[in-house]
Amino acid sequence: MSQPFAKLPAWADYGLLPLINLIVAFLVAGLVVMLVGESPIDAAVLMVKGAFGSGDGVGYTLYYATNFIFTGLCVAVAFHCGLFNIGGEGQAYIGGLGVTIVGLGLGNSLPWWLVFPLAILASALVGALWALIPAWLQAKRGSHVVITTIMFNFIAASIMVYLLVGVLKPLGSQAPETRVFGDGGQLPGLGWLLNIIGLDMRSAPLNISFLLALLAAFLVWLLIWRTKLGYEIRTMGFSPKAARYAGISELRIIIITMMISGALAGMMALNPIMGAQHRMQLDFVQGAGFVGIAVALMGRSHPVGIVLAAILFGMLYQGGAEIAFDMPNISRDMIVIIQGLVILFAGALEHMFRPSLQRIFQRVGRVKRETASVVTAGGGQ
Amino acid sequence: MDFLITLLQLFDSTIRLSVPLLLACLAGLYSERSGIFDIGLEGKMLAGAFAAGTVAAWYGSAWAGLLAAVLVSVALGLVHGFASITHRGNQIVSGVAINFIAAGTTVILGQAWFSQGGRTPSLPNTARFNPINLPGAEAMRGVPIIGPIYYELISGHSILVYLAFLLVPFTWWVLYRTRFGLRLRAVGENPAAVDTAGVSVPWLRYRAVICCGVLCGVAGAYLATAQGAGFVKDMTAGKGYIALAALIFAKWRPVQAMFACLLFGFLDAVAIRMQGHPMPLIGEVPVQLMQALPYILTIVLLAGFIGKAIPPKAGGVAYVKER
Repeated sequence: MSQPFAKLPAWADYGLLPLINLIVAFLVAGLVVMLVGESPIDAAVLMVKGAFGSGDGVGYTLYYATNFIFTGLCVAVAFHCGLFNIGGEGQAYIGGLGVTIVGLGLGNSLPWWLVFPLAILASALVGALWALIPAWLQAKRGSHVVITTIMFNFIAASIMVYLLVGVLKPLGSQAPETRVFGDGGQLPGLGWLLNIIGLDMRSAPLNISFLLALLAAFLVWLLIWRTKLGYEIRTMGFSPKAARYAGISELRIIIITMMISGALAGMMALNPIMGAQHRMQLDFVQGAGFVGIAVALMGRSHPVGIVLAAILFGMLYQGGAEIAFDMPNISRDMIVIIQGLVILFAGALEHMFRPSLQRIFQRVGRVKRETASVVTAGGGQ
Repeated sequence: MDFLITLLQLFDSTIRLSVPLLLACLAGLYSERSGIFDIGLEGKMLAGAFAAGTVAAWYGSAWAGLLAAVLVSVALGLVHGFASITHRGNQIVSGVAINFIAAGTTVILGQAWFSQGGRTPSLPNTARFNPINLPGAEAMRGVPIIGPIYYELISGHSILVYLAFLLVPFTWWVLYRTRFGLRLRAVGENPAAVDTAGVSVPWLRYRAVICCGVLCGVAGAYLATAQGAGFVKDMTAGKGYIALAALIFAKWRPVQAMFACLLFGFLDAVAIRMQGHPMPLIGEVPVQLMQALPYILTIVLLAGFIGKAIPPKAGGVAYVKER
């Protein structure tokens, strides 16, 4: 029998380990930057400046972060149930349909504060329904949710291309997008929020759905750790056998979890469609559904971690766009690499550094205990 | 006669389109039969295509490109193995990571090295795998029925096409008639039994992952140096996932994998041909429907409506040796 490792203290498990994984991911990304002949340090400085150096920079960073909070939560909720929902991309894409129907239909006649709740409901509902079929297939037929959600991403993309190229496009227009929504279909910006902290936002599309994302993060925390349903979801995630033994219905939990997950992904569509472009464009999700995987893994499926990780990725997106001006060899695709590396090191290789870290903590703990016993022995004399 | 030629051309493009699927599908077969799920077929194929395009452009040799493609793809496969075999990480997460790393790196390096928007330079015919005219193809052309079939359909493909189809019986033989194949199948179903027999589970699985890398590399090289003339950004365009779908469709068996890939390749060929041509009775079928059809069919299959697809039992589960 080998010695069981000491349990890591919470701060090391939730803070240090993700940090080490992140640093390694960035070091490898730095290598790629060097490979294309640029300085990684200059790139990092440019990126941080681009993301936080101006009011617009911050606005864009938080705008992107909004997308990633939603998709990160989507992946995380499913993770808690032991399900891997790769379908966030497709669920968000299809969710756009809900937003668009409400935005096109009611945008001209109702004020935004009436349209907004309806659009939230519609996007969540459509996203949830898109996740329902894979969920049902997993629960009832045992078909792996990973495979089915990947397939559903492609099916969603086909449907949306079909709709945007044909049905939803205004007559006589060439661009594959809907017409611009009426005033009611446009969400107010959050420039005032940045004004409070002394920043001036001019053109960044940060809007009220950022607050909705934060609210969603809080509600997910409440759901997962403070409700009976959340307890059941986590039980299923830890041990489906234990859950079954406890009389928890597998079918019910899988379907509910996946629908919540899909609803969260669907709500992501609010941000770019109602918040920024005020119309639905082809491929508006832009991979945010996949970024959600990296965000959820880095944030360790905890809403606080997800919000932080989402802001980090928002920074990468915004800062990455800024780098491209000065270093033409580094485009947005650099983010895709970083995203992949984060998924690799924070996800697939998360156990790589754990044993050595545990060994260090064990040694430190033993030294501490020994010195403590020496001190008490000395005090006794 | 015209109809026959049209049909033959359709089948001909079916073969061309299904070859990358078939290679990737067989790649996935080796990996998944050993119990290592591989979502990363797409990424390995893409990285392979990029390596092939780059090296073929540099050295003017398709074979050098093929070698580079195989090396790069195997390297990525080993990363997948390192994460999921050695460190017992989540295989799906690892595969997803590889897809992203490949998607980003190919564009960044392509742009930095060639400055053509992520493309590699267009290859001359000398740096590509060119069609081979089988002996007697010209002579046989005039023979009714058999002649056109031989000339249009069987002759005139690049060597990688013949390789891909020869790999089907070869894979069958390896899987069902060799010791390695028996152990490979066993380790995917019950690794503990293999371990008890004194065979190293990790080493077997590493070998499977390497086989998978080799075939994904060939698939990538086919895309960049046989079907196309150089690498184009996001060249695989979801073919890795369709291959995965085909693998499920074939229930992880080699011969059936070939038929599944031919079916999906046929759908693709029909979709390309039908663009803008209305069909009799049903009118114009949206291209998007045809493109989505492989995925829809796989879903229907997975739902258990066309027989049940049961993956290798130990698939996706890291093996922990008892201590």
